[in-house]
Amino acid sequence: MEIYLPIAQVTQDVFVLLGIGLVMGFLSGMFGVGGGFLLTPLLIFIGIPEPVAVASSANQLVGASLSGVITHWRRGNVDFKMGIVLVTGGIVGSLVGVQLFSLLRRLGQIDLVISLSYVILLSTLGTMMMIESVGALVRANQPDAPLRRLHQHGWFHRLPLKMRFRRSKLYISALLPLSLGFGIGILSAILGIGGGFLVVPAMIYILGMPPSVVPGTSLFQTIFITASATILQAVTNQTVDLLLALVILVGGVVGVQYGARFGARMRGEYLRVMLAAIILAVGAKLLFDLTVPPGNVYSVLPRLE
Amino acid sequence: MTRTRSLVLAAFGLILLTSPACAQQLVADLTDHLVAITTGFHGTAVTLFGAIEGGGDVVVVVRGPERETVVRRKSRNAGIWLNTRSVSFANAPGFYQVFATHPIEQVVPASLRQLNEIGVETLKLTPVGRFSHEEVPAFHAALIDSLQAEGLYGQGTGRVEMLGEKLFRATLAFPPNVPIGTYTVQIFLLRKGDMVAAQTTPLIISQTGLEADLNSFATDQAVLYGVVAVLAAVLAGWGATLLFRNV
Repeated sequence: MEIYLPIAQVTQDVFVLLGIGLVMGFLSGMFGVGGGFLLTPLLIFIGIPEPVAVASSANQLVGASLSGVITHWRRGNVDFKMGIVLVTGGIVGSLVGVQLFSLLRRLGQIDLVISLSYVILLSTLGTMMMIESVGALVRANQPDAPLRRLHQHGWFHRLPLKMRFRRSKLYISALLPLSLGFGIGILSAILGIGGGFLVVPAMIYILGMPPSVVPGTSLFQTIFITASATILQAVTNQTVDLLLALVILVGGVVGVQYGARFGARMRGEYLRVMLAAIILAVGAKLLFDLTVPPGNVYSVLPRLE
Repeated sequence: MTRTRSLVLAAFGLILLTSPACAQQLVADLTDHLVAITTGFHGTAVTLFGAIEGGGDVVVVVRGPERETVVRRKSRNAGIWLNTRSVSFANAPGFYQVFATHPIEQVVPASLRQLNEIGVETLKLTPVGRFSHEEVPAFHAALIDSLQAEGLYGQGTGRVEMLGEKLFRATLAFPPNVPIGTYTVQIFLLRKGDMVAAQTTPLIISQTGLEADLNSFATDQAVLYGVVAVLAAVLAGWGATLLFRNV
């Protein structure tokens, strides 16, 4: 069954979109990340124009992450104070990001920046996760190996504006989560991601939050950052395809339930190795597409206002 | 400039039709002046039909809405293909197709083809902004090639069928990716290399139903649309949690 997407102005098979949502939801439930970093490239692969893919992914993530937060909140695993500080930085970041997005689009370089940023982000993150999780697997087989410290105290722990985060059992400078949120806000606007896959490691390794509150808090800030990115994209670039977002969301919310249950039965290290492999594969595909000589060196598009 | 040109043409057509000497040499109309793009739109066809008096060849030019179009060229930099050069054309029609009873080269003299922009190679595209003159022809050709590949510009001449001496008919096909907007359908009657009658009729292609509402909502009330998009996602996410609460 085909469906005409009004903003993307393309016709797509509704089952392909539902399937993508289902797979995304499954991965998101299994690994506890929003999945925006995989959704946008997937939408681009099936022929949704890059700017629409980015903006609609952000829209879709609002619903997906809300669904996740409710589940975590029931278990008391959300640090709302930390979340609000992250969100404050994030909203400023997405304001900057959307302007940057518009500028790049006018210059005709937005497609390149989206693809290239993904290649860099995915390959770096995928490699780091692969090394970390394979290392963890090896250590798990050698029980006498020394344990690593959760996080080191660095220069950033001496910054001013200290704040107490009771739920995370932390007393750190508010500038840290603020700037983290700012960076994620920019990326959210340009790449259509919620930033979970970046926030989660940053929360653990830089902020030093206890792992139990990390997914819930990360998803909490994702709701607001993607919501603000959605509205800003709608206003500045008019690229939010609500129909596209909702169809994927329907697939996603079903997938996430099964993914969560499947993930609960697997060992964390194996999950991280798998996630790292998927991330690396998507990154490699995007890089390959950038380096292959295009079939036609010319591209023709109506000028956007 | 192009609007005036089509107005002049329309006026020209009107004069021809109303002047007694040429009365009713050419009459034509479309089966439908409004094409609606709805869910599951797969492209469509509109039939043009009409009658001529005194013989001759019928040539039909269908032009889509004009818009500024950017042609970009990729080149390889540090192993990566990226857009490096670009030329904008102010007035490229979003759709262009010619139909005729015989190939236009045989029935329309070159000067008339140039004057009336009959045939894709005669389209006068005006480069705007910053560009270098040597580059324009290559970008112009790329624009035509690309739109031909997308099925938006015709390759060669479509068929106008004569049904007997007087009646003619043509099927104007539009692909699924057809741009929305106001189209003009120009019908010319040629006799021995002279243009003896002309007529212009409009055709509107627009989205209707949910898609159209969403699209105009997104452009006319962008802030509200953004808020509604977020709320819709929130409701869907919340609803899903309730739905799966006890599963």
